[in-house]
Amino acid sequence: MSANPVAAFGLTKRFGSFTAVEALDLQIGKGEIVGFIGPNGAGKSTTIRMLCGLLRPSAGRAEVAGFDVARQSEAVRAHIGYMSQKFSLYGDLTGRENLRFFAGIYRVPRREIRERISFAIAMAGLEGREEALVKTLAGGWKQRLALGCAILHRPPVLFLDEPTSGVEPQARRRFWDLIHNLAGEGATILVSTHAMDEAEYCNRVALIDAGRLVAIGSPGELRGRELAGELFELACAPLGAALEALQSLPEVIEAAIFADKLHVLLEKDANALSLPAILAGRQISAKAPRAIAPTLEDVFVQLVSRRESKRGRE
Amino acid sequence: MSPRRLFAMAFKESLQIWRDPRSLAVALLMPLMQMVLLGYGVSLDIKHVPLCVYDEERSDASRALVTSFLASGWFSAAKMLQSERAVREALDRGECIGAVTIPVDFSRVLASTGRAPVQAVFDATDTNTATIAIGYAKGVIALASADFAARWGAQHGLSAPRVGTIDLEPRVWFNEGLDSRNFIIPGVVAVILALVGAQLTSLTVSREWERGTMEELISTPVKALEVMLGKLAPYFAIGLFDAAFCLLSAVFWFDVPFRGSIATLGLTTGLFTLVVLGIGYLLSVRIKSQLGASQIALLLTMLPTTILSGYAFPIDQMPAAVRAITLFVYARYYVTILRAVFLKGSSLGDLLLPILALAATAAAIVWVAARSFRKRLD
Repeated sequence: MSANPVAAFGLTKRFGSFTAVEALDLQIGKGEIVGFIGPNGAGKSTTIRMLCGLLRPSAGRAEVAGFDVARQSEAVRAHIGYMSQKFSLYGDLTGRENLRFFAGIYRVPRREIRERISFAIAMAGLEGREEALVKTLAGGWKQRLALGCAILHRPPVLFLDEPTSGVEPQARRRFWDLIHNLAGEGATILVSTHAMDEAEYCNRVALIDAGRLVAIGSPGELRGRELAGELFELACAPLGAALEALQSLPEVIEAAIFADKLHVLLEKDANALSLPAILAGRQISAKAPRAIAPTLEDVFVQLVSRRESKRGRE
Repeated sequence: MSPRRLFAMAFKESLQIWRDPRSLAVALLMPLMQMVLLGYGVSLDIKHVPLCVYDEERSDASRALVTSFLASGWFSAAKMLQSERAVREALDRGECIGAVTIPVDFSRVLASTGRAPVQAVFDATDTNTATIAIGYAKGVIALASADFAARWGAQHGLSAPRVGTIDLEPRVWFNEGLDSRNFIIPGVVAVILALVGAQLTSLTVSREWERGTMEELISTPVKALEVMLGKLAPYFAIGLFDAAFCLLSAVFWFDVPFRGSIATLGLTTGLFTLVVLGIGYLLSVRIKSQLGASQIALLLTMLPTTILSGYAFPIDQMPAAVRAITLFVYARYYVTILRAVFLKGSSLGDLLLPILALAATAAAIVWVAARSFRKRLD
């Protein structure tokens, strides 16, 4: 048995011949917020569903709150709060009715029901709207209410599957504040997202791609550790042609479009200042490259492309 | 099993039913509509068979015979015809089911020999009606003959028949008026309950899968049995309400005699409601799509209850193989029970066998349904 509230060992899920999650190892400590980051279809939801006991692992095993997810899934369920990717409260019930329903299902002690429901309503910022049908509420309220329903029984472990997708930025910020409060009270939280900027809110980030855990560490660690070269920002036009030209150069490890500019990862000893001249030779105008600190997205792009080129060689 | 979770489930489901006009309409209006349609629409009685008459002779005797046809109440005069051809045309056009032709020498032959032929032609496209109409015609003729024989004998100085006659004095039990409505309506109640009941619950689990609420629900510690019983409870109340509505309208609107005990009726109705709700629930669990589940529920309840339950088509008349199949048609037991309780006033003891069959079905379906619900996505 693992001391960590969430522990996965070689967790694998296959659907027929397709491997959705491959040999995933993950340890999450008490009170820690781990961001599960990767593109759609990378295996984030499948992993979370296995950890909730909703999918049976094809191989490997996992423990949540000290219980085996395959053999003791009912005990796991009593110790987790889960927000599925799709909004999953009852739209034809009011906020308060949804809360009361889940309080009954989780058998929240009777003398605490009133207090916990009031707390959840306050947390969701739903005061004055608690008697409105949930389907009439805006996205941010719905998400916070769903979180409120998932934590009514004060679960030690929370699995939140893309809780902020489709929620306006301000509400997103507020949602992350709530998550931090919960972690501060000792909850262990795994949050998936495909928004890279949200990774900065997490204690640690697990990057997942094509079913494999690519890297795991604090946002700072990942940014510093993973780049094999130096990163430059390059303003140039047209972007598409420049990208193609740069990717064919031997000293360029990776190039990718970021907004209206390119991020170029160069070999350590390469001369970045020569790039505009090279591009000019191909009728591409470029300003002088500027060395920048990598974002998590840079790290992720590079990790994924390295894996792809490795796969290509195999 | 936790009473609190059960209550939370049942309360939530009740709220959803209350706020869903579609399921409320199915629950409350469908029985009313079907009771009117099936109650009035289905009648196996054949009365006032339209009859055409071609009286070639137009004598007192022939007119007396026509009168005895029409006075019997079984036939009604459709048309008086003037030719052999008109008879054919009237039958072709469906203006009448039967046509009686009285020959031109009818009374002369009758007076001289004591016997005279009368022709009756029937449209047998509907064999059942034709057979019954022929029976009616024979009855009318037999009465008229006896009447004539008595008068003929008196005229010829024969005071009484020389041979003894045996008179059959039939007594009809349980449905004294031989009114087919009394036979049909109790069965109609079973048909309606089966249709409505399975429809209601066929949506209850599939709706949660379609809306995405099921994934949240199965991530909680709720038990399969709590989900099932909690979801079925409000529908059980609705089912009993519908049953009461149908049964009361059978007694007070359609005037079907009720001779049994209300307790027996209540117990068996409860069992049957459980069976049909369980079937809908089971389909909903297995199929996971609202449309699919409700279509199959309709198919699985409509066909067996209307065709194989014996509510309109007697099981005794079916071929042996089909009769064997009806043993598995749960509705036949309830139809049998309803009819017996309504018309015969049968007690629990009399109905032990069908009640046990119904109870066994209920237990089996509830057991399978509870086990079919999986708290997993794969």
